[in-house]
Amino acid sequence: MTNKKYILGVYDDEDVLLHAIDKIRAAGTKITTVFSPYPVHGIDDALGIERTKLPIAAFLYGCCGLAFALWMQIYMLGFDWPMIIGGKPHIALPAFIPVSFELTVLFTAHGMVITFFIISGLYPRIKVPVMDVRSTDDKFIMAIEVQEGKTDIKKLDTLLRDNGAIEVNEKEVAK
Amino acid sequence: MIEESLTISKRTSNRFFFLIGLGLVLLIVGIFITMNSGGGHHGGGGHEEAAAAGGHHAITWVNRLFANLWLNNVYFTGIAVIGLFFGAIQYVAYAGWSVPFVRILQSITAYLPFGAAVALIVFFIGQHQIFHWTDNSLFDTASPNYDPIIAGKAGFLNKPFFIIRMVVFYGAWIYFAWWLRKQSLEEDINGGLSYYHKSIRISAMFLVIFGVSSSISAWDWVMSIDTHWFSTLFAWYVLSSWLVSGLAVTTLIAIFLKQNGYLKMLNADHLHDLGKFIFGFSIFWTYLWFSQFMLYWYANLPEEVIYFKERFGMYNDHYSWILLFNLFINFALPLLVLMTRDAKRQVIMLKIVCFAVLFGHWMDFYLMIMPGTLRGESGLGFMELGTALIFLGVFLTLVTRKLTSASLIPVNHPFLEESMHHHV
Repeated sequence: MTNKKYILGVYDDEDVLLHAIDKIRAAGTKITTVFSPYPVHGIDDALGIERTKLPIAAFLYGCCGLAFALWMQIYMLGFDWPMIIGGKPHIALPAFIPVSFELTVLFTAHGMVITFFIISGLYPRIKVPVMDVRSTDDKFIMAIEVQEGKTDIKKLDTLLRDNGAIEVNEKEVAK
Repeated sequence: MIEESLTISKRTSNRFFFLIGLGLVLLIVGIFITMNSGGGHHGGGGHEEAAAAGGHHAITWVNRLFANLWLNNVYFTGIAVIGLFFGAIQYVAYAGWSVPFVRILQSITAYLPFGAAVALIVFFIGQHQIFHWTDNSLFDTASPNYDPIIAGKAGFLNKPFFIIRMVVFYGAWIYFAWWLRKQSLEEDINGGLSYYHKSIRISAMFLVIFGVSSSISAWDWVMSIDTHWFSTLFAWYVLSSWLVSGLAVTTLIAIFLKQNGYLKMLNADHLHDLGKFIFGFSIFWTYLWFSQFMLYWYANLPEEVIYFKERFGMYNDHYSWILLFNLFINFALPLLVLMTRDAKRQVIMLKIVCFAVLFGHWMDFYLMIMPGTLRGESGLGFMELGTALIFLGVFLTLVTRKLTSASLIPVNHPFLEESMHHHV
């Protein structure tokens, strides 16, 4: 098991951080991620994070839910065990709409949550390495992965400090 | 620097007058066509007529003219009052995002005084053509026309009270629109927070009044056409139709201003939020449509289900396609087209949906008003097109005139800066 080594730039101001991200990325450094106590507006764009494709998955789950609901009701009430309810036809679409709507929502919601857990690598009892506990309080922590032989730690240190980092630390994380 | 004043070229305002002129010509042509073909028409649907409302008057071009005037006036009045309603919501919610189009919302209320005049005139002249209950003999126990159901509603559905309600509602809406706009214009000159705080109080008062007046106006102006029939959620159904139309008009005006170099602070994020509202309220409209439909379909009581029978199946399927078309254009189309984030941020997609739902909700009011007034003898021809164009021309003339009368951006709005950085 190899350990991963990160350089952590500590920032205490949102605006300084956003400008630093732009400059550090412009200098050709790849920022692994930024830990922040609260969501920062515009940080996704600044970090160049692509928008999630989760909505497409959600739409497909919704279609599955709708199809399942219609199949279930049409099969059950139309073929498997036809019953006359309120003098309506066996396959009475208006009566099926509320259930179809609910199952569409149910499939979409559960599908999205489960997909989100899977693509984010979240599972029960996961151990998440905390880079710096202050990122849960009042500091922004910018993590940059050190690639052996490629990254010039000294240069990175000055780059971070020049762009407003109040501290630069190193941290090793068990992979 | 931020202040922007709109100038409407002579050519553009001439185009609006041309719309009115064209509408008048089409209307007159339509009237002649209807006059010449109307005679042979009304013999056929006799038994259906009797089932509909009990009235046995022949349908002529006069009925059709008044039904059309009423339809368009209700539609455009709704759009206008939504400008006031949505603007008031922005104030009480302390909303910052809506600042770039506050003036558009204020301006579309400019139609209200004209709408009030048309409503009163049309009611005074054409009440018998539109409202079955205005026939006095229905309330007279000695008369053969006596209708105990309608007579039972006399405490509410009588002409003096109806006119009082109409005058009070239009009056309140016009007054509040003027009052809110006055605060906003004085804020432009003097600045400070006092006007904003006062606007919140005015808006809160208006919203309480609108809660009552929007419901009752929907019963009065639309639901009472089908006098025997009633629906407990009809007021919301009309309101949702108005809301979608009003927001579509606001969005379209914002887009056209932006494309002509105005509203520089308006960006894709503002349009995204407007798109969300159109998307959301389209689904809300469908929810109400279905809630109303399903209960009646399920219970299948003759006096209730007649409303849907008339609109689906009766009169030789005269209205059936419109009912299905409305569900498509007002629900399926906005749902599928505006579902993705990118679509709500693209001007072309928003334009397609806005024009579609504006037409769709006009057709929705058509379906609410026509079967009760013209039974199976309504049409979609020169008369409908002409009347709609006249009202559209008047609406655009009044709204653009109001838009040019002040800066397009409320320069001292306390949330101006926040709105510039609006980000979703």
